Amino acid sequence: MHTVSFLVENQPGVLFNVSNLFRRRGFNIDSITVGALEDPRVSRMTITVDADPKTLNNLLDQLDKMVEVIRVKRLDPLRTVRREMLLVKLGTRDPMAREDALRYINGQHGLVLDIDEEHIMAEVSGEPEELDRFLGNVKSIGIVEMSRSGVTALEKGRLTL
Amino acid sequence: MTEMTGARALVKALEREGTRHIFGISGGSLIPICDELLNSDMRFILARHEQGAAHMADGYARVLNKVGVCMATSGPGATNLVTGLATAQIDSSPVVAVTGQVNRAVIGSDAFQECDIIGVSASVTKYNIQAMSPGEIPEAVKKAFHVANTGRKGAVLVDIPKDCTTESADITFPDQVTFRGYTVNAAPRPEELDWAARILAGAERPIIMAGGGVISAGASGELVELAELLLAPTATSLMGKGAIPGDHPLSLGLCGMHGTMEANMMVPKSDVLLVVGSRFSDRTTGKISEFAPNTKVIHVDIDRSEIDKNVETMTRVVGDAKLALRGLLDRVRVLRTAKTSPEWSKRIHEFRCDMGENGEERPPYLRAPKVIRALRQELPRDAIVTTEVGQNQMWAALHYDAYLPRTFFTSGGLGTMGWGFPASIGAKAAKPEVPVVDIAGDGSFGMTENGLATAVEEELPVVVVVLNNNVLGMVAQWQRLFYDRRYSAVKLKGNPDFVKLAGAYGAEGVRVGTYDEFRAAVRRALKADVPTVIDVPIDPEENVMPMVPPGMGLKDTLMEGA
Ligand SMILES: Cc1ncc(C[n+]2csc(CCOP(=O)(O)OP(=O)(O)O)c2C)c(N)n1
Repeated sequence: MHTVSFLVENQPGVLFNVSNLFRRRGFNIDSITVGALEDPRVSRMTITVDADPKTLNNLLDQLDKMVEVIRVKRLDPLRTVRREMLLVKLGTRDPMAREDALRYINGQHGLVLDIDEEHIMAEVSGEPEELDRFLGNVKSIGIVEMSRSGVTALEKGRLTL
Repeated sequence: MTEMTGARALVKALEREGTRHIFGISGGSLIPICDELLNSDMRFILARHEQGAAHMADGYARVLNKVGVCMATSGPGATNLVTGLATAQIDSSPVVAVTGQVNRAVIGSDAFQECDIIGVSASVTKYNIQAMSPGEIPEAVKKAFHVANTGRKGAVLVDIPKDCTTESADITFPDQVTFRGYTVNAAPRPEELDWAARILAGAERPIIMAGGGVISAGASGELVELAELLLAPTATSLMGKGAIPGDHPLSLGLCGMHGTMEANMMVPKSDVLLVVGSRFSDRTTGKISEFAPNTKVIHVDIDRSEIDKNVETMTRVVGDAKLALRGLLDRVRVLRTAKTSPEWSKRIHEFRCDMGENGEERPPYLRAPKVIRALRQELPRDAIVTTEVGQNQMWAALHYDAYLPRTFFTSGGLGTMGWGFPASIGAKAAKPEVPVVDIAGDGSFGMTENGLATAVEEELPVVVVVLNNNVLGMVAQWQRLFYDRRYSAVKLKGNPDFVKLAGAYGAEGVRVGTYDEFRAAVRRALKADVPTVIDVPIDPEENVMPMVPPGMGLKDTLMEGA
């Protein structure tokens, strides 16, 4: 899985144009996150995608050509912090299940956001692989609903996009 | 700042970019703009189908190396442009399309004649913009022209809702536009030039291959100089035709599926291959693994994303072809101590062979290669030729020698049947003083023949040579060679009488039965003040040869068909 970050013009249609090029090359985007920067005319977009590196490099060169794309970079996994947030609602009518759920949530430094007799909703963040493991653990409790934010990433130290 | 309507702002903005011709068809959303055009010196050339209008703008742009402008109304007018924009974009031709759009308030509601042309055109343009207020129009036009005509050129679409053209606002015309994400790096990096020059200087069997980028950059002079310095035989892609004069002793002609024997045999034997402004299309390389297996490939291109896309290169030079070739010339001159043996370029003659021009005559048909060679002799050196797509295109590529850049134009990338005729009309509008000829097939001409009305009306006396085999010839050739002569969906039994068709439009039509009649018809057509259609009977069984069968390497070039 590769992580690619973009700076793009914050305008209608940019997300369409970027994802359209991935589609054209037959790549399935695994996750995508976008948000404006301190300069609201610019957004940062982070895409994770499974692709063979040669085709991906060529695709990035093609993306870099797009008028609305200011910068593109494939992030080096060893020098990058990747984070994702998960909202998950677990079925916790059984007190044992509730206890297990709270243990897993605390173990991942999660926050309980909402709670009633039958459910616990939690916010958990971490590396996407940690979230995968967390979800593996709570699966037996019963996942009523979940939503993952997609991966966002920054390079370490002096490196910037 | 002056108060004016959006329509006037658009017309003024187009004028400020140096626009003199607009090719298009009006409609509801364009009425305010067309009305404003009555106050302008720009000439509106009325097409009969928007596809034709886009091809006219494309032909115009290729001839003049400046932006061609086309215009269409919202909905069907805009969607009719799509083939034309895709054709211009893939061939890196600078075209700006202006489309009308429904009023702002109803966009997105499936209003009458609404089409999301921004969404539709996204995949076939370099850039597109929707101007959502009259004040945005001048900047949108400036951006469109800048993006279309810089770097690797291409098609740009500007979409304007009708009420933006009728509304008035304070308008300013920007002198320049800035983009955070679009910069043009024309100047090649010195290190890249040094490295490439060192490899070139050491070459014993160098070959140069020139693509459309050489023509686009106006770098033919530098190309020929470098070829002569290196004694490097020089092939072209279809788009590069004319980059080196066809009668130059180092000219190899076209390389690829329908390349010449000398190009296809020598490219794989080279030790160094310098490819300039070509994107290694599959039609040029044949089977990639056999294209140039033991060759050091140097790729010069302004578009970095083309490098290593199809062929692995030894080294690259990213930048404008003219600047890059200049840089290479300067360096190779210093480094070089004549490594190429004079024997190498002499091998051109060893491989050169008859490509059908002297084959057996089969009356009542004329032989296409001979017809095209006769045409070449009747035309001045600077005449402009466009082609359609199919056998006619490949016969033209093989047998029509282009002597100058920007004199041979074809839909190389998209292979759009019906391109050549409207493109010839655009070319003639660009250079009325130069003879313009479309080498056509009957199938292709049928797709855009309604352009005759435009050509007659606008007094643009182009010449159409219809190589008439009453069949979709190139498809039939594949069926003959690779499908055991099982002809399916290729016979054009319902073709019109092209002489009468021309007459119906008020153009000249003539059917020829001998090569002399053909030559006479061409001579007459060049003097005529109306367009001429010359109907030339061609054997439906005639093949374009040489040919590299699909999936095979260049060295497998066939000379004879089944
Ligand atoms: C718009 C379009 N439709 C279909 C094709 C596929 N095609 C390629 S060549 C060809 C036959 C062209 O026939 P004609 O124009 O008569 O030329 P010829 O090959 O006979 O010279 C066809 C159908 C195409 N290139 N473009």
